[in-house]
Amino acid sequence: MLTIENLTSGYGRIEAVKGVDIHVEKGEIVTLVGANGAGKTTLLRAISGVQPITGGRILFEGEDISRLKPHQRVARAIAQVPEGRQVFGPLTIEDNLRLGAYRRNGKNSARYLERIYSIFPVLKARRNSIAGGLSGGQQQMLAIGRALMSGPKLLLLDEPSMGLAPILVDQILEAVKVMRAEGATVFLVEQNAFAALSIADRGYVIETGKIAFSGNARDLLEDERVKSAYLGL
Amino acid sequence: MADFLQFAFSGLTVGAIYALVALGFTIIYNASDVVNFAQGEFVMIGGMVTVFAYAAGLPLPVAALLAVIVAVFVGLALEWLAIEPARDAPPVTLIIITIGASIFLRGLAQVVFDKQFHSLPAFSGDEPIRIGGAALLPQSFWVLGSAIVIFLALYAFFNHTLTGKAVLATAANRFAARLVGINTTFVMALSFAVSAAIGAIAGVLVTPITLTSYDVGTLLALKGFASAMLGGMGNPIGAVIGGLLVGLLEAFGAGYINSEYKDAIAFLVILGVLFVMPQGLFGRSHTERV
Repeated sequence: MLTIENLTSGYGRIEAVKGVDIHVEKGEIVTLVGANGAGKTTLLRAISGVQPITGGRILFEGEDISRLKPHQRVARAIAQVPEGRQVFGPLTIEDNLRLGAYRRNGKNSARYLERIYSIFPVLKARRNSIAGGLSGGQQQMLAIGRALMSGPKLLLLDEPSMGLAPILVDQILEAVKVMRAEGATVFLVEQNAFAALSIADRGYVIETGKIAFSGNARDLLEDERVKSAYLGL
Repeated sequence: MADFLQFAFSGLTVGAIYALVALGFTIIYNASDVVNFAQGEFVMIGGMVTVFAYAAGLPLPVAALLAVIVAVFVGLALEWLAIEPARDAPPVTLIIITIGASIFLRGLAQVVFDKQFHSLPAFSGDEPIRIGGAALLPQSFWVLGSAIVIFLALYAFFNHTLTGKAVLATAANRFAARLVGINTTFVMALSFAVSAAIGAIAGVLVTPITLTSYDVGTLLALKGFASAMLGGMGNPIGAVIGGLLVGLLEAFGAGYINSEYKDAIAFLVILGVLFVMPQGLFGRSHTERV
């Protein structure tokens, strides 16, 4: 479904992603784990088109989307939950969600809203509140809900567990599993390697802009190198 | 009492024009963080194109429509040729670009049109309507009525359409707006087009009362900017109230104190308010958790 070939990207002369190959099959949860500054966010932004690439290709369902504008990629049903939630602070929760359906001009919003409110009931209770006033965990739910409103085929999640209490992390990851069960393909970027690998099918480990190793998520959890470097065991 | 009413009416009429200019500032500022000092030029284009098209024999409504279309194209060109290429520059740079654009447009207007003052016939006659001893020009009703219609239309657009909310979302978080699939380039262009149209309409409406020439934009931009600041930059309701207040302050200042100092009086009051309330009367002091 998603194939990334020899992708490079960076900021000015600093190369943050140095020739990365990744593929994600339909219906999978694939995770990319790595330390702070390894290039995870840069890679994810490049997939959405909000970070320019300097080389390589991004293929989505066989089509080269490397040169498409961000809104054209959203139109192909690629949605991203960005790092740090990035909700529309001055707008209400419901408006935030409705804007998630922008690519469909808001069609079928009611049906999607019901679905998201059933996954995150707290959002329904505060539907007319200003998004900027929500707690971090609620903003994360809102950011995920907003991405789901577009009815994505591919959902990109950037550090959804960051800064959240463990119980909320579980809740968010549980929601990710629900999404996959409903047919979405998930590409999850995480610093919390243990949490990410425990719900994923496959994983990639990125180190200073390069894929260090990859494989079955279960195998990576058992891998001595991963254990010592990322799981603190 | 008659004096008071007279000053209030003329203050509200001029204030409605300032409010429209301030709304133009607000829309572009919200979408892009740019304070567009060429906003007054849209008012000038609205008036001047109507005058010359009307003189060339077009019926007044057609001439006015043409003027609005021309202003929209100028607005789009300004965004496309001057703002978009410098998109990543800091806001101060963009503001300076708009000042340059306004000087350019004024110069162009001198060449394309002329340096004379021009007027248009009032839309429904010059026979004043007497209310409580004050004489009110029918054109004032056109100004006030149109301002109300434009404001309600904008309110409906921003609060009840997804496109309007997309503009607000772009203003709130441009990065996230791109990620949800909003074409932010389109939003910017839309903001400039709408602002230009509002400015041009203001220009058409006010020309029968205050006349127009190639350089009316400068002072109007200044007054509109002051109105927007007074109301709180970025707040559309603040822009309208700010505009009306500035208009009223001028009219009462000119009427009761000295007409030589009407601009000074208005600006003194604005400075006083901003000294106490730097955010303006309705400025946002938003809290946001991160």
